[in-house]
Amino acid sequence: MRRDFITYCFGYLAALSLTGIAFACVFYRLLPPVQTFALVLVLALIQVIVHMRCFLHISLKRSARADLQLILFSAMIILLMVGGTLVVLFNLSARMM
Amino acid sequence: MARLTTEPELRHAGLNLADDPREVREQVESDVFGFWVFLMSDAVMFALLFAVYGTMRHATAGGPGPEQEFKFHSAFWETALLLTSSFAYGMVSLSMKHARGQLWLALWLGITFCLGAGFLKMEIHDFLTMFHDGATPERSGYLSSFFVLVGMHGFHVLSGLTWILLMGVQLAVFGPDDRVKVNLIRLGLFWHFLDLIWVVIFSVVYLEGLSL
Amino acid sequence: MTFWHILLGRLTWDSLVFVEAWRNPTISEIIGGLAGGVAVLGAALLFGLITILGRWRYLWTVWLTSLDHKKIGIMYMVFAVIMLCRALIEAVLMRTQQAIAINNPGLVAPDHFAQLFSTHGTIMVFFVGMPLLTGLMNFVMPLQIGSRDVAFPYMNSISLWLTVGGGIMMMASLVVGKFSTGGWSGYPPYTELAFNGGVGPDYWIWAVSLSSLGAMMTGINFAVTVYKFRSPGMRWMRLPLFTWTTLCTAILMIFAMPPLTVATLLLAADRYLGMHFFTNDLGGNVMNFVNLFWLFGHPEVYILILPAFGVYSEVVSAFSSKELYGYTSLVIATMVIAILSFTVWLHHFFTMGQSAGVNSFFGIATMLIGIPTGVKIYDWIWTMFWGEVRFSTSMLFSIAFMITFVIGGMTGIILATPPLDYLVHNTLFLVAHFHNMLIPGTLYGVIAGYYYWFPKAFGFRLSEKWGRIAFVCWVPGFYLAFMPLYVMGASGVARRTQELFDPALRPWVIAAEIGALLLLAGLASLFIQLYVSIRQRHTTRVPVGDPWDARGLEWSMSAPPPEYNFAVIPQVSRRDPFHWQKINNGAYKPADHYRDIEVPKNSMCGVLIGLGMTACFTGLVWHMWWLAVCGFTFSLGTAIARSFMRDVRRTIPAAEVEAQHRRWLETTAAALPIPRHLEMTPENEGLAKWQG
Repeated sequence: MRRDFITYCFGYLAALSLTGIAFACVFYRLLPPVQTFALVLVLALIQVIVHMRCFLHISLKRSARADLQLILFSAMIILLMVGGTLVVLFNLSARMM
Repeated sequence: MARLTTEPELRHAGLNLADDPREVREQVESDVFGFWVFLMSDAVMFALLFAVYGTMRHATAGGPGPEQEFKFHSAFWETALLLTSSFAYGMVSLSMKHARGQLWLALWLGITFCLGAGFLKMEIHDFLTMFHDGATPERSGYLSSFFVLVGMHGFHVLSGLTWILLMGVQLAVFGPDDRVKVNLIRLGLFWHFLDLIWVVIFSVVYLEGLSL
Repeated sequence: MTFWHILLGRLTWDSLVFVEAWRNPTISEIIGGLAGGVAVLGAALLFGLITILGRWRYLWTVWLTSLDHKKIGIMYMVFAVIMLCRALIEAVLMRTQQAIAINNPGLVAPDHFAQLFSTHGTIMVFFVGMPLLTGLMNFVMPLQIGSRDVAFPYMNSISLWLTVGGGIMMMASLVVGKFSTGGWSGYPPYTELAFNGGVGPDYWIWAVSLSSLGAMMTGINFAVTVYKFRSPGMRWMRLPLFTWTTLCTAILMIFAMPPLTVATLLLAADRYLGMHFFTNDLGGNVMNFVNLFWLFGHPEVYILILPAFGVYSEVVSAFSSKELYGYTSLVIATMVIAILSFTVWLHHFFTMGQSAGVNSFFGIATMLIGIPTGVKIYDWIWTMFWGEVRFSTSMLFSIAFMITFVIGGMTGIILATPPLDYLVHNTLFLVAHFHNMLIPGTLYGVIAGYYYWFPKAFGFRLSEKWGRIAFVCWVPGFYLAFMPLYVMGASGVARRTQELFDPALRPWVIAAEIGALLLLAGLASLFIQLYVSIRQRHTTRVPVGDPWDARGLEWSMSAPPPEYNFAVIPQVSRRDPFHWQKINNGAYKPADHYRDIEVPKNSMCGVLIGLGMTACFTGLVWHMWWLAVCGFTFSLGTAIARSFMRDVRRTIPAAEVEAQHRRWLETTAAALPIPRHLEMTPENEGLAKWQG
């Protein structure tokens, strides 16, 4: 009981602070635009993992392997599709300029 | 129907139900796993909408772009609302897991609903402001992709809210029986998943647009 | 806004094909009117016949509302065969048109011809290929893994009825309005509002959406079933090959349907809400559509082919009386094909203008798929090697597949080479290539599987004689119909051409026409086969259930199987479990004790949800907004109402299970074990004689 509650609280606080840092970077313009965006992306990735771990309870335990495999496979497909789309479409638009 | 597995241990993650009796776990297992699979399919759809948004990022056709139209503060507060609602749903799951009584369950479900509804209200308000400025989806490819991506998330939130209401009714009718519990678990996955999509939206859409 | 306008939206008298044919009686319009007439009469005849025979109650309670995976599978196949008839007749009409129309307008007008190839493609992919295979997988896979049903029987029924709803919309487009002229891929900007204001593209969008929704649910259902519902001891590397291909197909359905949904959704957003995703102006980008469509389209090709690979693996092994050669390599090859299929979509648009680097990456990735496919072909050949091969109908189709598919694979390598692709892009060469993959790859597979599992489903064998006649039509018919297309394509004839201008092409188009007629004869002989087989069913019964001395669990129960599949859930200790049971005298034994079995009760919710969504989407096509809202609300309401039902299962008492099982065991004891050379004789009651 206690431990579950602490997991949720930790997840919530971590998510809030990661969000806060991202928004603060943009609001105060701490970095040039490209670096800001890169940092925001990294923070988002960390936050996704925090959500997965603390709210969705995905873990590396053997008992949860099927779900983990599913998520990793989906991540690979998403990477292929999104990455491929961006490469192809940007390549096309670069050649049309 | 017999639920058959080759290994005795619990093989779905989702929500930890380690304290529940074994029959419930077995039944929950495949139901929840199926919902995970659906979520992943949904995630691919969102990923492609993000990809389309990315390719149309500069297709503003002389119309309004993110720098004029995005409001920093409302993006921040929307994020805060949705994040908090995710936490609130975590409390729903805890109340269910530890059988803390229907009242707690209903209370946290209600809080989740209010926070989600608040998020949706702010989002609709944002959209209306943009329409008022002439930033409508018909104006440019960029705005089309923005409204479809963010609108699709909004539509999911609306579905989630409807589902919460429905679960509230079922809770009142049946109490927390097995079906209700399974559906509350699925709803929880759905709700946390929407939060996750929103994390990507505020990072890739709002913060990218505002950081220029 | 008059009342009628709100009620009927865009629907007017002129939308009816008959009115059009009456006003403007050209041959083309009359053909359209006739087709509409056949659709209406066919439906009326069907309804009339059911009413006269008084079979509505039977149909409704035993079939339409059933949640039994076996019945749902059979309904999928019946639906697909009806759609196949239409799409094949359209193909013959197109070939006839091209055979006649050399410097001559021919039978059908260009616009009508465009509708023909659009509906032919859409139906063949979404309403023939996918439902046929989904039907087979639905019937066979749970039996193979020792399960009593799929993971979500109710969702299975919804999937079926969504797919059928899409088929109903396709059929409706014969009678009211005109279907899209944009091909099965529906590329904008041609399908955008600016160029195509009518209902055609909307029909395409919404019919395809229904099918893709259904397919996505099927994918989830099958994947979870294979993951979670295997019988004890059925480990991954003990799964039958058909189950493996089902799993991979399910995964493809789960991940490849979303791109299609996004593509059609965004096109709908352009058409209905005036957005600018794929328009020519205001920042729209057509290439996004092409990219999204083929992100779906290429995995789709493997959705259509992988299950057939599974069928061949089962058939070749059973009719060679041998263990499948190279099981592990076949499993790995299946998985590799499934994953590679997500990395090659760009080869469908090499000529769109991306750089040579991008093209060559995707060209090489495409050629890589040849490797696992080659592995499979060799494995099947090695399975036959030194086996006790019987040339049954299934086996004939399997062998024809191997030879024909390799030819298609080689032309595929040509198309995968970007510089060569530039030469034959959008020509009949491409048309010949993908028919060369899909006819042997899907259709022969389905026929082989149909012949192979039919006795299991209905308890009697199909006529071997008519199977051979069908074979003689389907295989030479294919070569005659499509080899000329390679020749014409290589000499530069564009696909989707309504009129040709070079008299030198005449021999080729006439040959192709004869081939198309032969294919039609092939379909007819399948119907005759079914009729003849039903007539002589008393001499071909196989109640014991194992007519081919086959190896998987699906053969270990009576034919047709009981509703709950397995009286006792089998314990699996190695690959080909039933084969080893037979050898070790473990088959056909009563159980120590029987248990009550829970099965899902019938439910009409699936039918209602499917029809509600069909009404909704039809309303969207015709701008009858009230119908769209009502249909959607109705479906949602049904789904919610169902979620309040708690009494959805029914128990079959252990005594009844035991009685049925013992009755079947008595039949088995009375049957004569049959050696393989008597397999096709009336003596075969489905009990195989083991020859050690």
